[in-house]
Amino acid sequence: MHMHRTPDQIAADRQRYLDFQREGMEAKTLPEPSPRPGPKADDARLKEMVPGGWYTTLHVKKGEILRLVPGGASSVSLAAWALPDTTERLCLPDTVKLQWTTDLTKGRVIFSDMGRVMLSLVEDSSGAHDVLTGGSTPETVADYTGDAARNTRENMMLAAAKLGLDRRDIPAVLNLFAPVRVDAEGRFTWRPAMLAAGDWVDLRAEMDLCIALSNCRHPLDPDAAKVPPDLSVICLPAQPIPADDLCRTATAEARRGFENNARLQGAF
Amino acid sequence: MEMIHDIPARAPWSGIIRKGQTLRIEDTYGQQAIDTLFYNAHDHGERYSSQDTLRTQGAAYVTTGTAIVSNLGRVMLRVTADSAGRHDTSAGCCSCESNTVRFGHNTKFQHACRENFILELARHGMTKRDIVPNLNFFMNVPISPNGAMTVDDGISSPGDHLELVAEMDVLCVISNCPQINNPCNGFDPTPCRVIIRD
Repeated sequence: MHMHRTPDQIAADRQRYLDFQREGMEAKTLPEPSPRPGPKADDARLKEMVPGGWYTTLHVKKGEILRLVPGGASSVSLAAWALPDTTERLCLPDTVKLQWTTDLTKGRVIFSDMGRVMLSLVEDSSGAHDVLTGGSTPETVADYTGDAARNTRENMMLAAAKLGLDRRDIPAVLNLFAPVRVDAEGRFTWRPAMLAAGDWVDLRAEMDLCIALSNCRHPLDPDAAKVPPDLSVICLPAQPIPADDLCRTATAEARRGFENNARLQGAF
Repeated sequence: MEMIHDIPARAPWSGIIRKGQTLRIEDTYGQQAIDTLFYNAHDHGERYSSQDTLRTQGAAYVTTGTAIVSNLGRVMLRVTADSAGRHDTSAGCCSCESNTVRFGHNTKFQHACRENFILELARHGMTKRDIVPNLNFFMNVPISPNGAMTVDDGISSPGDHLELVAEMDVLCVISNCPQINNPCNGFDPTPCRVIIRD
């Protein structure tokens, strides 16, 4: 026997949702994209060049900045897990649902599956990132040769293994520098004009993380058959975070996410 | 042979669909999100992949003709009928934790799809690790060309259904969504029905 909720309960919850929706979807005063190229990284604690088609793994401490600078037109797939509990991981459905947008740009944040912020997009020159369509696979590179035939699915399997993880741990991946958009008919389109030479992002770790990166062209990239250029991976030391920090204050959802971070650390 | 499973409002369910069998999912009352995951019945490490499914079809919603693709790039099932028109697979399932971010910390202690998934997956030896971005049948989440994304009123009517034919033996795990903070269930979660037939 099913007990329906009362019309008054339904009306009250609907009105509450409409208030959240109006606030969440209204135009945000997010900043312009970061200027190209990015600044020098003289104080980096780690610099690594990842060849086209390859992957790397690294640990990033809370507060540290992960800077990613592709050597040219290429996409970078990212997966992230919390430390020490790696069952907490990157959650793209929550990231887009909680922020009422699939377009991640400077000022947005990336959520874990536990309602906490894993990474803040503190600098971003392109805003051309894809949450919906995943990376390359053995099937999508079947006709290519050499390092162009390497692919993100296998790279993520290898990267996870080197972090002590396996395929059950691999989340849906974030594709940075992948200008995939949904048109009015729901079809995916590739918009290369969103990318330019000198593109870069700075991702601030909001908890201790292990991260996997794959430097492979995206399957929807018209140049998917070409070996991508080297990717520069840079880790910069933590800086003081002001109370009015953009990513921590830009939206009500980000504020509540950071409250959940603080709660886990016993400070809220 | 036909097996009928009525899933109470707010409850989980799981079952095996053999290769060649048809899974029919009915939105008995209309506007009821039915959160769904698929696993290879013989190797739970192979499971539904929303990203591979969407990229393979080149479009952002699930409907008749969609191949349900695994994380190993194989077709698990195909959607052969859909009277509702469009289904989401980008917004994931609700959880106590994401509810606090979306709707305020006071919504933490409300039943959620991830609670259903965790308990139902435990029956099959799986854990929270095994929850991947799921299918949201009968959930209306339009994505605009400018990226805007929102859960809108459902477009399904009482009795709307969709059918999927299995191309491998699959374990289907469902959470009949208990969310009352957005329109995915018309703010009134209702029972639904699953039919498996040869």
